Amino acid sequence: MAGVVTHRAHPVSDLSRFENNPATREPPWVKRLILGLALSFFAVFLLLPLFAVFAEALRKGWDTYRVVLTDSDALAAIQLTLLAAAISVPLNLVFGVAAAWSVAKFDFRGKQWLVTFIDLPFSVSPVVAGLIYVLMFGAQGWFGPWLREHDVKIIFAVPGIVLATIFVTFPFIARELIPLMQAQGREEEEAAVVLGARGWQVFWMVTLPNIKWGLLYGVILCNARAMGEFGAVSVVSGKIRGQTNTMPLQVEILYNEYNFAAAFAMASLLALLALATLVLKSWIEHASRRDYAPVPEGRGKV
Amino acid sequence: MAAKRRLRVLPGFGLSLGYTFTYLSLIVLVPLAAVFIKTSSLSMLEFWNVVTTPRVVASYKLSFGASLAAAGINTVFGLMLAWALVRYTFPGKKLVDALIDLPFALPTAVAGIALTALYAKNGWLGQYLEPMGIKIAFGPWGVLVALVFIGVPFVVRTVQPILEDLDTEFEEASASLGADRLQTFWIVVLPIIFPALLTGFALAFARAVGEYGSVIFIAGNIPMVSEITPLMIITKLEQYDYVGATAIAAVMLVFSFILLLIINGLQAWTARRTGREV
Repeated sequence: MAGVVTHRAHPVSDLSRFENNPATREPPWVKRLILGLALSFFAVFLLLPLFAVFAEALRKGWDTYRVVLTDSDALAAIQLTLLAAAISVPLNLVFGVAAAWSVAKFDFRGKQWLVTFIDLPFSVSPVVAGLIYVLMFGAQGWFGPWLREHDVKIIFAVPGIVLATIFVTFPFIARELIPLMQAQGREEEEAAVVLGARGWQVFWMVTLPNIKWGLLYGVILCNARAMGEFGAVSVVSGKIRGQTNTMPLQVEILYNEYNFAAAFAMASLLALLALATLVLKSWIEHASRRDYAPVPEGRGKV
Repeated sequence: MAAKRRLRVLPGFGLSLGYTFTYLSLIVLVPLAAVFIKTSSLSMLEFWNVVTTPRVVASYKLSFGASLAAAGINTVFGLMLAWALVRYTFPGKKLVDALIDLPFALPTAVAGIALTALYAKNGWLGQYLEPMGIKIAFGPWGVLVALVFIGVPFVVRTVQPILEDLDTEFEEASASLGADRLQTFWIVVLPIIFPALLTGFALAFARAVGEYGSVIFIAGNIPMVSEITPLMIITKLEQYDYVGATAIAAVMLVFSFILLLIINGLQAWTARRTGREV
């Protein structure tokens, strides 16, 4: 679903073409009305919740942060969140590159189905995403008895959390790379092969430089979701303090214990992560626009 | 399209497709199939009884209704936001443009507790709304507010690129033929952006139906009143009723598959109508 946030490399259009043209300009009162309604909606639904996180976190001063961030359960939650992201993002990165390479550079039957299947995890409820691994690896699940015999724990343990995180972030990078690589075509890679490049050389020297911004974009969105996932992870985690709690789950536990200051302190760390993600995202959009900007007349010609 | 087979010049077809298919099967397809296999251990009648208990039906009504309403609200305000971002200059525009994606980046649990804090009785908004008799937190209205929050980016981000690419000639022609701005919008602009608008609506709706994290904090989770369907799955799981949880999950899965196909169709329509991918 989040596939709509594909990054836009085309240059932002010149606004004056609308505002100075009587045919595409609204009467001032209409413009003020639209702006007023749109920005009020923006302020109430997006800005206020964001401010509320930090305001609630700081309500009892900076000391809360010190207490919260030296708590061993909180530190364990932060570590587990970092670990889950550190495993799931690279795995989905490799998958995304492989999927985009096969879909964009070759023709084969059933391609459209493959692309649809890759999108599936976006349309599955996070709760269902957690449930499917319980059905596979839980005590009652397909592999439950076998896992118990061999003393391997997946559900209510770290591997289950990692699996659920991989599932919910599965399409992010593939989704970003497939349309990008399809748009770029095959000519450059084919030229490289003709010129004698072999196997991975084609990828490292020709493809990667072309897709680097899209790749980075996918990685940061994938990472944000990996660190922030709640529903899927809460089903498989078992919420054992200090062991299987991620940061979002820790937020829930603290909140349900009416320890609001600590819950919001932890939440504000995640909100900072979200803000950092948005800043990086804007920066990548800016950088890729610069890279792909049309070459001015008379320059760039050999 | 040339019908002849393309010669495969590039390396890595077998490796990349094989890896893609294996990984996809292991992580997504096989586990999802488990839902249907587990469900098939129930007879049709048992299945029907599980998925139509009054409490579960009440959750469908709420999930479906609130998601529909939230997607509708997001369509109206999302179009206005996209319009403002493409056509107007205003202070803080870059900030607004960047923060539109906040619901994608902010973990849902954080959004949930923040919205609850805002709309609770003593919250920034709740303290004014509750004396007026408007109770939002801990009831069905809270569900709606949370679903509106998580759906904000969908319509904006599907409509915005279409508006950016829109040529001014159509509107100029319309104006020169004597149409006023409202007529031009209805007759000229809206038909062009309509597929994108509908796609954004469907994406927001699909996301809202499955949403869990942001809703459960603010909903109050009162049986028959403010329980969403994903919460019913959790409730069954907590009672170790795996078959019951799986049956409801199967209903949700079938529903989201249908939505996914509809969305694919809508995106193809948008691409045909405007000549670009969304």
